[in-house]
Amino acid sequence: MSKNIIEVKNLEKYYEISGGFFSRTKGVVKAVDDVSFEIPVGESLGLVGQSGCGKTTTARSLCLLDPKTNGEINFLNPETQKLESIDDLDDIELKNFRRNIQMIFQDPYESLNPRWTIKDIILEPLNIHNIGNLADREEAVKEILKTVGLTPPENYMPRYPHELSGGQRQRVSIARTLIMKPKFVVCDEPTSMLDVSIRISIMDLMLNLAKDLGISYLYITHDLAVARYMCNRIAVMFNGKIVEIAETEKLLSNPVHPYTKRLISSIPVPDPKYNRVEYDLNYDELDEIIKNNPDKKMVDIGGEHFIATHDVKDILY
Amino acid sequence: MSNTLKEQEELQKQLRKEAIRKNWKLFSQSKLGMIGLYIVAFFLFLALLQPFLFITGIWNPAIYDPVVGYDKISANLLVIECPKEYPSEKYESYEDCPGPGEVNIKKLYMAPDLEVGDYYDTFIQPAPPSRTHLLGTDSLGRDVFSQIMEGSQVAFVLGLLSATLGVGISTILGTIAAFFGGRVDAYLMRQSDLVLMLPSLPLLFIISAFAELKVWHLAIVLGVLGGLGGSVITIKSQALQVKVKPYVDSARITGGSKWQILFQHILPNVAPLALLFMVFSVTGAIASESVLSFLGLLNIDMSWGIMIYLSQTDGFIFSGLDFWWLILPAGLAVTFLAGGFYLVGRGLDEVFNPRLRKR
Amino acid sequence: MSKEVLVVDGLNMHYETLDGLVQAVKDVSFTLKQGESFGLVGESGCGKTSVAMSLLQLQPDNAKISSGSIKLDGIELVGMTEKELRTVRWDGISIVFQGAMNAWNPVAKIGEQIREAIREHRPDNSKDENTEKITELFNIVGLDSSVMDRYPHELSGGMKQRAMIALALSCDPKVVIADEPTTALDVVIQDQILKELKKVQELLGLSLIYISHDIAVIAEMTNNMAVMYAGSIVELGPTKDVFSKPKHAYTRLLLESTPSVVGEKKKLRSLDGEPPSLIDEKKGCSFSPRCPAPSKECKNQELEMKLIEVVKGHYADQCCVECG
Repeated sequence: MSKNIIEVKNLEKYYEISGGFFSRTKGVVKAVDDVSFEIPVGESLGLVGQSGCGKTTTARSLCLLDPKTNGEINFLNPETQKLESIDDLDDIELKNFRRNIQMIFQDPYESLNPRWTIKDIILEPLNIHNIGNLADREEAVKEILKTVGLTPPENYMPRYPHELSGGQRQRVSIARTLIMKPKFVVCDEPTSMLDVSIRISIMDLMLNLAKDLGISYLYITHDLAVARYMCNRIAVMFNGKIVEIAETEKLLSNPVHPYTKRLISSIPVPDPKYNRVEYDLNYDELDEIIKNNPDKKMVDIGGEHFIATHDVKDILY
Repeated sequence: MSNTLKEQEELQKQLRKEAIRKNWKLFSQSKLGMIGLYIVAFFLFLALLQPFLFITGIWNPAIYDPVVGYDKISANLLVIECPKEYPSEKYESYEDCPGPGEVNIKKLYMAPDLEVGDYYDTFIQPAPPSRTHLLGTDSLGRDVFSQIMEGSQVAFVLGLLSATLGVGISTILGTIAAFFGGRVDAYLMRQSDLVLMLPSLPLLFIISAFAELKVWHLAIVLGVLGGLGGSVITIKSQALQVKVKPYVDSARITGGSKWQILFQHILPNVAPLALLFMVFSVTGAIASESVLSFLGLLNIDMSWGIMIYLSQTDGFIFSGLDFWWLILPAGLAVTFLAGGFYLVGRGLDEVFNPRLRKR
Repeated sequence: MSKEVLVVDGLNMHYETLDGLVQAVKDVSFTLKQGESFGLVGESGCGKTSVAMSLLQLQPDNAKISSGSIKLDGIELVGMTEKELRTVRWDGISIVFQGAMNAWNPVAKIGEQIREAIREHRPDNSKDENTEKITELFNIVGLDSSVMDRYPHELSGGMKQRAMIALALSCDPKVVIADEPTTALDVVIQDQILKELKKVQELLGLSLIYISHDIAVIAEMTNNMAVMYAGSIVELGPTKDVFSKPKHAYTRLLLESTPSVVGEKKKLRSLDGEPPSLIDEKKGCSFSPRCPAPSKECKNQELEMKLIEVVKGHYADQCCVECG
């Protein structure tokens, strides 16, 4: 069995709702509730769900942007080739660890500092980690710009983000992400704000880079069709929980969880002859699974196809 | 591939140098900014020229000192009597009498011996501009040009000190409040609410009642009041907007330290707003100084505000442009220096805000 | 044969900007039949929203319609005065904007806001009549009549958008324009809204113009469609024919670049380059710089862009058709 680049176990992220003058805690929002998954080296996992389902919160916890409430994140240490927990790293180790994990953001207009040139933006990680001398750094920037298809790089380096189109900006974001040669990249809907025609070229670029450089993605999207194109496996998230996780084609052809079924059935199909069947919520299959596995939270129904067994009847509809 | 500590320092130095050179190049490309810089430099030159002239002895302090100097400009005027009806053969209209070098006998009721046709020896105060006094003298025979120079010293000390102090304080506090949040934020916000509620002029009256206010005292008071007041809240809200931008997140993911993020991402994006505040505080400080001088609450000998105030109390401000050298130089100096600072602010904005740059 | 409700003929519209004239709509012609659902698809900036705005004569001040006509039931809309237009808008044509759920006034109740729109156009109606009308509309779009007494912030995005559709239908318009009504919504809610729109359209026999960048939505919603590129229509025809036998290279690429969840997983084609600037007027096919296989004639820009009928009822730009 291949190695995992990242393993997430029982990740939880709660937000306290405080109110009143003395900041008493009124309640807790479980933005991410008991989420577990792993991603094998070189493979990509799609995290799909409606807005507000906790997919971005999961990503931010993975990137250590927001502290998690509970749970375990184990990451493959590239030096020892072992999965190590990142909880007990000290500051210097943590800074070094951060070289291995990067994130691409949704909005190409906000994810680049408007006051910096493209060169400075891509250089930033190198400056932070103090890698190479100035000439080396510049050479690295040129190299990476060529890799993401912004050629000739000399044309782009002195420019500012506002002088580029959305697609070009997203390429700069990718270049900035890749300059540290990370093995794991979290993508938060990187193509959802781009035009259809540009979207595919960015997705193709990311797929090619993944193949060439051996990068694993956690690809967050609300669009199952995009996730299908990008990912080997898909996890469907709902209300802070993963309800179904399986290999992409298996999940699409044979969804089991009622929420997944509903999600798939609500996506328009670019074919006027295709008639979408209106899906009626049907809990029978899920009930059956719950009955047979009374203790488990996630049940493998075969071929690493996992179904969550918590009760969803009262939250769906 | 990590470098040694010394190499790292060397690299950082190189990077900083490059950044300064690049920013200067950008600033010098901005026409408005350069005009502003020339104006400010001109006033700075004036401010520094005055002590130079005194030290080298080109100007005699007894004559040219802006406060206690005095120059007797004597004149021999022909005493005449203005005709009752105009136009007369000599004068076109009422305004033309008395003409240059003449004095109306009706004005000389204090000297009853004089008759029409006599010559009257007197001192001209205020004296119009001449070769010795480039901008003339005021009603006490003091050199206006020297006063303008003294005034620009005051304006620079007061404006720059209070604005830098104020904007420095509010930028640092505002950014800290936004960046660290929580209790720090709550405390700083309550503090600036409190300062906002203090009316600054009455407060200055009270302070001046207890202590003698010198220029730099006033600068510090104005700077601290401005720095702790509402601008902290505005700058904090701007910093909060920047703080949640994805590029800040992405710097954090990469491992950028708090200070790196603060100085490289948040401060440059807050700077334009801070600069705007700075421009307003320079003008604001010069204005408050004038008000306080007007009320006699400030222990300052000479400033542009006092010059305008004096020309007003002496009644020259309503005499049209007959005594223009008493009003215009001081008024224009205030306008131009404030405008110059504003234009420098515009130029700096082009450094900070690439969208304004022309290509 | 059903009658033609809306006829757009040779519509040209440009924006006067500091950089020069931006030709946003170039020679656009199409007809909308009674009860038909017509789709307008294209990338952002291709002029589809400009077309919608000129149909309602709601274009901004710096936009000028230089030529062409828009006839609603035989009445010319171009050149109408503001007063005349007010009777046509909402009565004749109404629109559901992109992100329209944010267009509600936050301090007034939903029902009150719809009632106001009806009062403006039907001053003789009594209050009870209006309430009855709104209840009926809410039923159609799947809202409970209690929503009338609620404030916008008490509703979810989907509910607000449904209420917006009810508002658009409040004066029984002949034509409803839906300008990306679901872009800001989740897939599940988008699905509900689309179904609702479809149901309403069939129930009331509405003529619908559906504008979107998503060809999947167009495929589901429309009978006829037009593909816009750089301000002009490059292909026009029955939706089924356009999808099964696209005639224009751009349409073909658009279809091949859209991922789907059903069917075989196929390699998607990417479309490189950027849409052309609309400022300088160019002859010839505007798509040729991005076309994967442009012929010589395309590149030489000898042909004018003009729609020709390829198959009956299916038009495409002659540049692309002639080049193969």
